[in-house]
Amino acid sequence: MALWVDKHRPTNLDKLDYHTDLSAHLKKLCASGDFPHMLVFGPPGAGKKTRVVAILRELFGPGAEKIKIDQRIFETPSKRKLELNIVSSNYHLEVNPSDVGNYDRVVIQDLLKEVAQTQQVDAAAQKRFKVVVIHEADLLTRDAQAGLRRTMEKYMGNLRIIMCCNTTSKIIGPIQSRCLLVRVGAPTHSEMVKIMHKVVKKEHCGPLPENLAFRLAEESGRNLRRALLMLETAKVQCHPFKEDQDIPRMDWEDFIRTVRVQILKAQTPESLQAVRGQMYELINHCIEPAAILKTLAKELIERVEGNEIKMKFAQEAAFYEHRLRTGQKAIFHLEAFVAKIMSVYKRHLMSMEM
Amino acid sequence: MSFFAKRQTTAGSSSAAANIAAAAANKPWIEKYRPKTMDDISSQEQAVAVLKKTMESQNLPHLLFYGPPGTGKTSTILALARDIYGPEMIGSRVLELNASDERGIQVIREKVKNFARSTVSHNIGCPPYKIIILDEADSMTADAQSALRRTMETYSKLTRFCLICNYVTRIIEPLASRCAKFRFRPLEEKHSKERLEMICRQEEVNISPEAILSLIRVSEGDLRKAIMYLQSASRLMGKGTEISEDAIADIAGTVPESVIDGLEGCWLSREYKKIATEVQNVIADGHSAAKVLSQLHSRLLKNEHLSPLQKAKVAEVFGDMDKCLSDGADEQLQLLSMMTRVSTIAA
Repeated sequence: MALWVDKHRPTNLDKLDYHTDLSAHLKKLCASGDFPHMLVFGPPGAGKKTRVVAILRELFGPGAEKIKIDQRIFETPSKRKLELNIVSSNYHLEVNPSDVGNYDRVVIQDLLKEVAQTQQVDAAAQKRFKVVVIHEADLLTRDAQAGLRRTMEKYMGNLRIIMCCNTTSKIIGPIQSRCLLVRVGAPTHSEMVKIMHKVVKKEHCGPLPENLAFRLAEESGRNLRRALLMLETAKVQCHPFKEDQDIPRMDWEDFIRTVRVQILKAQTPESLQAVRGQMYELINHCIEPAAILKTLAKELIERVEGNEIKMKFAQEAAFYEHRLRTGQKAIFHLEAFVAKIMSVYKRHLMSMEM
Repeated sequence: MSFFAKRQTTAGSSSAAANIAAAAANKPWIEKYRPKTMDDISSQEQAVAVLKKTMESQNLPHLLFYGPPGTGKTSTILALARDIYGPEMIGSRVLELNASDERGIQVIREKVKNFARSTVSHNIGCPPYKIIILDEADSMTADAQSALRRTMETYSKLTRFCLICNYVTRIIEPLASRCAKFRFRPLEEKHSKERLEMICRQEEVNISPEAILSLIRVSEGDLRKAIMYLQSASRLMGKGTEISEDAIADIAGTVPESVIDGLEGCWLSREYKKIATEVQNVIADGHSAAKVLSQLHSRLLKNEHLSPLQKAKVAEVFGDMDKCLSDGADEQLQLLSMMTRVSTIAA
């Protein structure tokens, strides 16, 4: 049994629910036969991948859906073996080169060259090119991106690249200038509510109260995938749906809430010690440190009063998140963040008392 | 199956020719309209004039081209090579290596050196040297670059090198000092305009004059970007419909002015909630924080509510944020922090 998210994923451009202008443009583009390289960007859960799959289908017909997964081995110049999973159909390849970390350049060079230098033999084929979909393109190293530059121009005859990423900030200029930028914004709350109603109707599981749908949309932060997953969990928890039913949450988010309570309760070295234990717990459960920091900051900001302190918290969060990314060991920075927040908060409380 | 096989192949061979023609038509315009000869190059007069002189004297120095992307560096050297050697000889006399090729120290020692030291058969009307083009040379390691040093000198009788890069500072000094340097400036407006209008005429693109101007503005002197945007726009809109300014802005990924207005308006309010929702919306709509930042930055100087001192402080905040973003920090947090800091300064 598939999850609702996968089950009700639109499969072609006509079935997409929102951004209808974009769909129309894309359709025209596919029909014109002259297809550019593409850079699809947008926040998570906005439907980037859904659109890419729909584009592939539009270009190549249902054949693009017959996919297989195989493992390829690449060799670096220093004779190190890298294994990478590649999803492919007869018409396209999907790779996630950032899986191999710093060696992504090798994958990009080898794989793309191989695809690019293979000509389409079957002259009756619809399209003369093969599409390579690169996921998480914003995590590609600069070297790998530089490796793409000339390949993209030189082998345009046999190869088109579609890149998926969350932000264009980390894509180097030369690549951006070679691609058609496609922005996929997150759906608005009302669009999400509409889609949730549609899914519930298709699943025949009773009316979905308007209020609940709206709260789900809000809670998900305009992330459709998340909203649908929450909707499905909500159905398991309580069916038929109730107006004031609890929004299902992730366990670790609840756990972070207890951390927040601890921080705001006491700002002492002992309290910091306790928080450290909890932080270790979270990291041991493979919660991404950046996500911990971001969620914690959000919780904290919600709970304190006063614009000034909120702003201060936001600034500290940004500062330590940056440190976290550039640094080596996550726990240092998480702890530093907590300590800083405690000191800022304590000072704030003291100034209030005076 | 075999029954049908023959028919298929005959149908295939007849459409093969059509396919090749179609492939030529589908060529990206940036390749199609790349200047073929030195005379075709419409801007960078100084560099082109000097290169033409050296071509006549049959004595080409090692070359180092540097400048921002899309200013015609690669096009110039390719056109130069074609002028010198003609279309037949170019394959055997020119070695082009770019960042998509392996260019470690090993390759420099073997491939480049071997190519560099092979002598050329004497042809009349063809200069007695070969050219090695190292495109995107700034992504070569310092080790690989230093491996080139002696090679360049030893085989200078047989081979000329042409290094192309965006940042001349990334080329090690000993290499840079062996080359004649040419700086490529961002294209002037009139040159970009001429070229774009020429392409529009040839491709029968219907575009308003304002849209061309906005195309030049968003591309910031990068002709490749401008041509790419133009082609994307014409493909998106389909033939016949006029390309408007808005369509260009859409394709270039510029953030709509209304969004920037909203953010700028937030600076004066000291309310956290308002700032947070605004930022959340910007991120959820998928705008890139770097683009938002650069557009806010261009607005900063024109802002009437801030004093010069405040503007200076804001500029500092912008600088911090840009550094953080390029290090890969979270966009939402950075934007939030920037907005709150600016609003504290503005208060």
